[in-house]
Amino acid sequence: MTEAAANPAQTREQPIKASEIDPKFKYELSKIHGSEKILKCFQCGTCTSDCPVARYSDSYRPRTLIHMAQLGLKDRVLNSDTLWLCAACFTCTDRCPQDVEVANVIRVFRNLAAEKGCFPQVFKEQAASLIETGYAYKIPELRIKKRESQGLPPLPKGNPEKVRKALKGVKFIDGIQKPQGEKLSGQ
Amino acid sequence: MGNKYLIFLGCAIPYRVSAYEISARKVLAKLGVELVEMPEFNCCGLPLDPVSHETMLILASKNLALAEQQGLNILTLCPGCAGTLKKVNKALKEDKALKEQINAHLKEVDLEFKGTVETKHLLQLLKEDVGLEKIKASVVKPLTNLKVAEHNGCHILRPKDIIGFDDPEDPQTLKALIEATGATCLDYIDETECCGAPSVGVSDKVALALARDKLNHVKQVDAQALITICPFCHIMYDTNELRIEKMFNESYGIPILHYPQLLGLAMGLTPEELAFNELRVNASKILKQITQGANTQ
Ligand code: SF4
Ligand code: SF4
Repeated sequence: MTEAAANPAQTREQPIKASEIDPKFKYELSKIHGSEKILKCFQCGTCTSDCPVARYSDSYRPRTLIHMAQLGLKDRVLNSDTLWLCAACFTCTDRCPQDVEVANVIRVFRNLAAEKGCFPQVFKEQAASLIETGYAYKIPELRIKKRESQGLPPLPKGNPEKVRKALKGVKFIDGIQKPQGEKLSGQ
Repeated sequence: MGNKYLIFLGCAIPYRVSAYEISARKVLAKLGVELVEMPEFNCCGLPLDPVSHETMLILASKNLALAEQQGLNILTLCPGCAGTLKKVNKALKEDKALKEQINAHLKEVDLEFKGTVETKHLLQLLKEDVGLEKIKASVVKPLTNLKVAEHNGCHILRPKDIIGFDDPEDPQTLKALIEATGATCLDYIDETECCGAPSVGVSDKVALALARDKLNHVKQVDAQALITICPFCHIMYDTNELRIEKMFNESYGIPILHYPQLLGLAMGLTPEELAFNELRVNASKILKQITQGANTQ
């Protein structure tokens, strides 16, 4: 997949209508674990200038996303494709002079977007594998058999049933399991 | 708890990076570190953190609770797993309400998080528990003429307040461990830069651009190999080096080795024992140099 050009409706470029602004968004964020300190951001730009992804991407800018959230552009932030480019390297978190925990703020944006159903397909695959096997990737039978000839001990059991039980009531997992429900019971 | 650890493999290593596991087990055995297998396992949770922080917290704490039942500290080979288990351990120990919330989920499977075990990545274990002196003493074939570069990756260093055993801006541990084998570890531009692996699939353009710059910087100092300690960083470079060479008309020929493969060679283990055949970028040039060097000594 190549990087799509930034959609102006997901940036600050397109004129902002008053009706788009959710003035309470920043307070909502300041109560969520991980984005508590979003109000402390004074837009210095350290996060963007030190971000390895921003260096190579035409559209991903952590500072801009935080600014948009502070402005109350909730939908633009949560619908933004660029949100998913963050590599979670934590350089921004370590260097932010205001201790905003930038990478965690980005993670909160992503979690909120995922709750609305906006997230890349790859996470659906990993979640499906997790609830079916306990592992985030489906490890091919061949690999498992090969371990013995490589002198490796057997892989620990994944116990997916317990994983599903422990994750009961988690919104995201419930959402994934629903459409998969039939497939699971049919297996 | 002595020199005995519960080994936490994670998902990526058994999925496609077995050379790392094979070589790590071999060198740890030589260093007298005893490994106990996890009785049961699930993903540490990190891959799902972007979409559901709560899922990650439950998955990580479930593993921690299983380790607590065994009464053993955890050793991981993946910095992502180590960082996640450390982060969740700390968060639940510091936040009683969060601990109760997560324990309500674990109760469904008869587990409870108490916060009684610690997690270390291989690098931290080698530095703190085995120690450089013991590692140096295990070297029988010093790799004296070999010049390599290191790649730490992000999660072994950051965020600093959680990982904390090395300086993320100027890390020293991997460098010291490489030099313990007798090899020279070269400095290069942007050593601590991210490999780009997490962006694969979202934007290959960004991911490959990051990897390409890294390989260029490593080539500029004439490093004969790049040493990694993370399954994802390894996949990023080893799997994509040939692709990047074609795409950008570059030529690197830099083999990507797992640190325990390098240490294993210095301990006198053979390339076969260390699963060098699993590497995609051919390492025969440096292997030849090492064996010839040993013959002339
Ligand atoms: S580094 Fe911190 S204070 Fe500066 S723009 Fe980024 S989040 Fe805001
Ligand atoms: S954590 Fe994400 S936003 Fe922060 S520097 Fe790394 S890639 Fe950029």
